[in-house]
Amino acid sequence: MSFGFSELAAIRLGFGLSPLMPPAPDVDALLAGVAHAGPLPDAMTTETARAMTLELRDTRRAREEDKSEANEEAFQIVNTRMGMVPIYDLRDRIARAVDDGVGFGERLVQFWADHFTVISAGSATHPLAVAFVDEAIRPHIGGRFEDMFFAADTHPMMLTYLNQSQSKGPNSPFVKNRPKMELGLNENLAREAMELHSLGVDAGYSQDDVRQLAELLTGMEYTANLGFRYRADVAEPGAETVLGKSYGGNRRGGMEDIRTALTDIARRPETARYLSRKLAVHFVSDDPGEDLVNELAGVWQETQGDLPSVYRVLATHPDLVTNLRKKVRQPFEVIVAALRALGVNGGRLADLDDKQLRRFFWGPMIAMGQPWGKPTGPDGWPEEAESWIAPQMLAARINWTMNMPRGLLPRQLPDPREMLISTFGGTQSAQLSWAVPKAESAAEGVALILASNDFNRR
Amino acid sequence: MLNRRSFLQAATLLGCSAAAHPLMSTMTFAAAPGENRLVVIILRGAMDGMDAIQPYGDPMLRQYRRELSVGPENGALDLDGFYALHPELAPLMPLWKAGELAFAHAVSTPYRDKRSHFDGQDLLEAGTGNDLPFDRQQGGWLNRLLGQMPGVVSETAYSVGVEQMKILSGKAPYLSWAPRANLQLTPQAQMLLEHVYHDDPLFRDAARDATEIVAETGDQAMAGGGPGADAKALGQFAATRLNAETRIAAFSIPGWDSHAGQVATLTKAFERLCGSMLSLREGLGQNWARTTVLVMTEFGRTVRENGSAGTDHGTGGALLMAGGAIKGGRAFGDWPGLGESDLYADRDLMPVRDIRAYAGWAMHGLFGIERQKIEQVILPGLDLGSDPGMLA
Repeated sequence: MSFGFSELAAIRLGFGLSPLMPPAPDVDALLAGVAHAGPLPDAMTTETARAMTLELRDTRRAREEDKSEANEEAFQIVNTRMGMVPIYDLRDRIARAVDDGVGFGERLVQFWADHFTVISAGSATHPLAVAFVDEAIRPHIGGRFEDMFFAADTHPMMLTYLNQSQSKGPNSPFVKNRPKMELGLNENLAREAMELHSLGVDAGYSQDDVRQLAELLTGMEYTANLGFRYRADVAEPGAETVLGKSYGGNRRGGMEDIRTALTDIARRPETARYLSRKLAVHFVSDDPGEDLVNELAGVWQETQGDLPSVYRVLATHPDLVTNLRKKVRQPFEVIVAALRALGVNGGRLADLDDKQLRRFFWGPMIAMGQPWGKPTGPDGWPEEAESWIAPQMLAARINWTMNMPRGLLPRQLPDPREMLISTFGGTQSAQLSWAVPKAESAAEGVALILASNDFNRR
Repeated sequence: MLNRRSFLQAATLLGCSAAAHPLMSTMTFAAAPGENRLVVIILRGAMDGMDAIQPYGDPMLRQYRRELSVGPENGALDLDGFYALHPELAPLMPLWKAGELAFAHAVSTPYRDKRSHFDGQDLLEAGTGNDLPFDRQQGGWLNRLLGQMPGVVSETAYSVGVEQMKILSGKAPYLSWAPRANLQLTPQAQMLLEHVYHDDPLFRDAARDATEIVAETGDQAMAGGGPGADAKALGQFAATRLNAETRIAAFSIPGWDSHAGQVATLTKAFERLCGSMLSLREGLGQNWARTTVLVMTEFGRTVRENGSAGTDHGTGGALLMAGGAIKGGRAFGDWPGLGESDLYADRDLMPVRDIRAYAGWAMHGLFGIERQKIEQVILPGLDLGSDPGMLA
């Protein structure tokens, strides 16, 4: 094997090589590429998402009040549009990753959006889940972790998903004035903020810390009707002590107290350690070396979670080379990498109709075990290779490589021998180099490349 | 479609040694662990047990429910003068009459109070108590059952469907496959891919399993689409495996979370359940007589109807049991009653027995697992209690 940093970084930290664009030549270019993954001018916003939710609600109500044909039709149009939001979101995410020359930024979007998993339970919140990535993740992947942590855990989609909007301070005026209603604290967000989003489950926090943080988080509320509000009348009165530090005191500062507490949690060594390991697991190995994790955590703490400094360790550590192909590409990554390897550009996806989008991307991702936007819980997608290569999932990957290129590029399939070189840049196994020229047709040669373990690993 | 013979031809064509090929050496089976079969169906979203099996003989039922669960006068099928079967479950009535369908009402896992689907299902599949944090509960109880059975090979247990069933996860080997999954490869491509995967055990073994499963089960393409057809396919596929070497199969049926418009929601869900059960029974043929099916859900739903013609998350729920191996046509366990002091937290059906006890007694009866192993290893911390005697 003879390959350099560019190939290594494209395969391990990006979405693979493409014949259409050169990979990042060095670490500085790789890190500079992260800036391309910021929000675009037409990014989804909470305000737009809210307007869409209200439109759905209003047309539904109108239909219930007056079952006229016009009302039915108006509702169906809006309802269908809302239902398509995740499918177009998948298309746009694939297209953007396909066109990103460096790819590291879009990989980081995947990583952080999964770290802060939100799941839209129904079409009413589909646009808000898109806004979450554009507003809470993309602006912060090249910044400080603490800013992303605050943005994510106070975002309307997170407040909705983890039931924060229903959480009320048990001694708040709002609850005291409604003695007959069953109102109270919901610990869901507070628990996940510590367990999944920052400190990690092994950190030494207690149920009391969870409860006190939950009390501190009361007051944040999002409804489609009224948008995001901090409601002092819902907030639990008095100071809260989280991990030994007191917040709030007599004069409650609302969102500022929440920001201070989350920032303190973000800066703790347990957070540095937990997230360093998670980055290493995602980008380097299911079982990363302690040396790499220590180095990442060290830089994380020195820089107070300055993410580009941490990424630099990841990109320059010798484990990046020695663990090549220790990770299995998740279905989303395989799809993007395949399109790149085929020399497709993202604009091609804009031409596809709804049926094609379902056939080539939405459906295959379900069969491969990664239904878009629907992991089973707030812990997101699994990392272990074994979770992705069960027989039915591998069969779905193989079938997709047989069907998609022929369906999408009927007369423009690349020559498999050239594709082998442009896709792997010399990193492929001898077995694959032996097998590809023996395929019976170009389509099968292409499928062999895309179905290979070399391609499905990174 | 590739079958074993065309694969052999391909191997010859390429001049490879068939004997050295990984595909050729794996179809030898150890003695299967007996002839009894256990199927576990997980209903995701919390089935309203009081609507599925309506306790219309309890006069209090009408106090809580006006639209739902009104018993035989609204089309439900009387079972024993106290309970009635939801009208959309009518396709299962012949099983009841044949003594192949039974239920236990007011059962639950040890999960209480938070009523989260996510945690509730995790605990149901883990088969443990509340003593471990949810994310520390590694592996499912069916996998621990495999660990206690003799002669287990990977074919002994099947996770059916795209989803990886947590109830089967763990150290013991098992297979997984989705009914309509397929492998669309020419013999030549198949051969080349085997060569490419040869030194990568993860890919090599998964591809080998996929090839073998497809070769054995044939083309699973079935007429029709939609959720009903999907559920039938689950039952059909599970039956083909259970007729071969498999003795344990698990799959899930989603769509039970009936917060609003419960009638419509459950109509679809019951169609799925009936479809999978009947296709399982039909596909199993005479093996149905050796089969026990446990239909489990994470928890029940509120005793009261809510304001949107549905029910909310509750506690005590219903366990359905089916199969030729059970002593059906009867209700197991006690009815806790619906009086105000009888309810759990003034809103839910009070659980009268741990649902795991039924699973434990099924494992004891079907596979001869000692009581101590069930209480300490498979369902740790459970007190099995007395034998409900649901096996024939």
